[in-house]
Amino acid sequence: MKLHYEVDGEEFAAAGQASGNIKKMLKQLGIASDVIRKISIAVYEAEINMVIHADGGTVDVDIQTDKIYIALKDTGPGIPNIDLAMREGYSTASDEVRDLGFGAGMGLPNIQKNSDFLKITSAVGVGTTVEIEVNL
Amino acid sequence: MRLRPHGLYIKPQGGARVIHNYNSVGLVTEKCVGCTDCIKRCPTEAIRVQDGKAVVIREFCIDCGMCIKVCSNKAKKADTDGLAAIENYRYKIALPAPALYGQYKNVLDVNIILTALKELGFDEVFEVSHGAEVVTKAVGEIVMNSANAAARPFISSACPVISRLIMMKFPDLIGNILPVIPPVEVMARLSRRHVCEREGLKPEDVGVFFISPCAAKNTGTHRPLGYEKSEIDGVIAISDVYVKLRNKIRKITPDKAEILAHSSFRGVRWALSGGESGNIDINSIAVDGIDNVIEVLEELENGQLDDVDFIEALACTGGCIGGALTVSNPFVARNNIERLGLLMRCDAGIKARRVDFGPVDFAELAFTRRLTPTRALKLDADMSKALEKLERMEEFIKELPGIDCGACGSPKCETFARDLVMGQANMEDCIFMLRRKVKMMAESMVELASKLPQTSFIQHRELRD
Ligand SMILES: Nc1ncnc2c1ncn2[C@@H]1O[C@H](COP(=O)(O)OP(=O)(O)O)[C@@H](O)[C@H]1O
Ligand code: SF4
Ligand SMILES: [Mg+2]
Repeated sequence: MKLHYEVDGEEFAAAGQASGNIKKMLKQLGIASDVIRKISIAVYEAEINMVIHADGGTVDVDIQTDKIYIALKDTGPGIPNIDLAMREGYSTASDEVRDLGFGAGMGLPNIQKNSDFLKITSAVGVGTTVEIEVNL
Repeated sequence: MRLRPHGLYIKPQGGARVIHNYNSVGLVTEKCVGCTDCIKRCPTEAIRVQDGKAVVIREFCIDCGMCIKVCSNKAKKADTDGLAAIENYRYKIALPAPALYGQYKNVLDVNIILTALKELGFDEVFEVSHGAEVVTKAVGEIVMNSANAAARPFISSACPVISRLIMMKFPDLIGNILPVIPPVEVMARLSRRHVCEREGLKPEDVGVFFISPCAAKNTGTHRPLGYEKSEIDGVIAISDVYVKLRNKIRKITPDKAEILAHSSFRGVRWALSGGESGNIDINSIAVDGIDNVIEVLEELENGQLDDVDFIEALACTGGCIGGALTVSNPFVARNNIERLGLLMRCDAGIKARRVDFGPVDFAELAFTRRLTPTRALKLDADMSKALEKLERMEEFIKELPGIDCGACGSPKCETFARDLVMGQANMEDCIFMLRRKVKMMAESMVELASKLPQTSFIQHRELRD
């Protein structure tokens, strides 16, 4: 089953809607609790990144009986050094964003920890695509 | 899942109180006009209107009491016990929830309220707030213990609605629920033990009655969460004794009130949102109102609250003072209890007695049963079938008008789509889809009408003229 969401980069209050919707679907499928927890964290962090570091983007989901694939695509500033960005605590978030409780630099490491497959493709000035897979 | 009417449930007389699949909320059929009040406000989308009457899908009902609060026809009622039920016991104990103290304005001595309650026919009155003090100690010990760090943030188990919400909608958070029995259950156990020793009674002679602000806590006596059997013999709604109590309270002057109070404000404040968490010196969130609670649980599920140690989550606005079986506005009730608190904390404050309930072993307060996911949301036991149903549901959602009018009897187009997929509704229940179908039929009739047989005399004459 395929799903598609548009994430508005201006609507900070709506950030998390796509991941919220995905969670709702998975619960109706009766996916195991620990798997739902993993997917919730991974997709939420990736969605938030798209809002705070880029200007929103799209989320495409493919749910199969044995795994879920999620691709989050933005046309933001891109990540110059992905290895660096993956480090715990590394963040380029502004003070403004930190005041909102984001920018602890734990997003990408947590996505890594909570997914079975992660691929980040990024080009400076072009955008970032985060692909996540979790086995169901 | 099957839709079932939920007329008032009749309890088996004298039999075991444990009933599986029991719900407290019932319908007074004659009063229900089949409007959309309750279906729209139900936080778990558990209600449908069928054949002009509200019907609860039991698997989805967590007894939050929202429908009781919002029904403008007073057609929703909690299936609690009447006062007459106390007559089945030789020795009758009332256990008033602290929310009761918030119901009466300018009654600043708890003893007056407790005396009035006793005069309704009880032999003894014990404050549930004492049980809350006991639970506070146990909760503090568990939450502060660094060995339990992995389970943080703990979610309070005090509100059964929230525990049941988690079991249904947030199964991945079940492990965060604090496995401690609720204050009223603690109090029921302590009270029975105490009076049996003091009065030389047999346990079965004693009837323990909870004076409750809460429909879900009534359910909890039939379907306990986390333990086998409740020690509570009956639940009486605060709203059912409100007037009787008020009339008695009016006649009791402070000097004539019996000294019955025995708990401190630490326990009484549990009636208020922030009361339970305010007793423990840790990083906590106190959230009330079920919609707010859902938002906080979503955040927790997304891994955003890992720095929090404890979450006190109460389904009702303001805490239990906002329970479906209360009478006073919760904000006014809060003020009443806070004023009482000021008094209780000063020396000359409220007179209290000492009751020796004996030692309490914290191990006895722990859950003896695991909480398990309810699986109500699941579309099908088989994953590929569930996926198929979900896909069909999404297609229906695209087809439906999306205005959530409720005329089909489901609260939202999305829920209607789910009902369609589950075989619980027909497409024609949607007036828009019905109209579309009628239009299509009308169009094809017009089309058919123009297709007359070649030999038709009328048609040929019309053409010629
Ligand atoms: N979608 C994105 N577009 C551009 N930069 C990103 C994106 N996602 C992550 N980053 C970069 O990677 C860093 C680390 O991300 P993360 O681990 O989520 O921490 P945080 O979001 O708290 O800064 C971010 O500070 C940012 O510089
Ligand atoms: S907040 Fe209190 S009254 Fe309301 S449902 Fe929860 S326990 Fe019951
Ligand atoms: Mg981040």
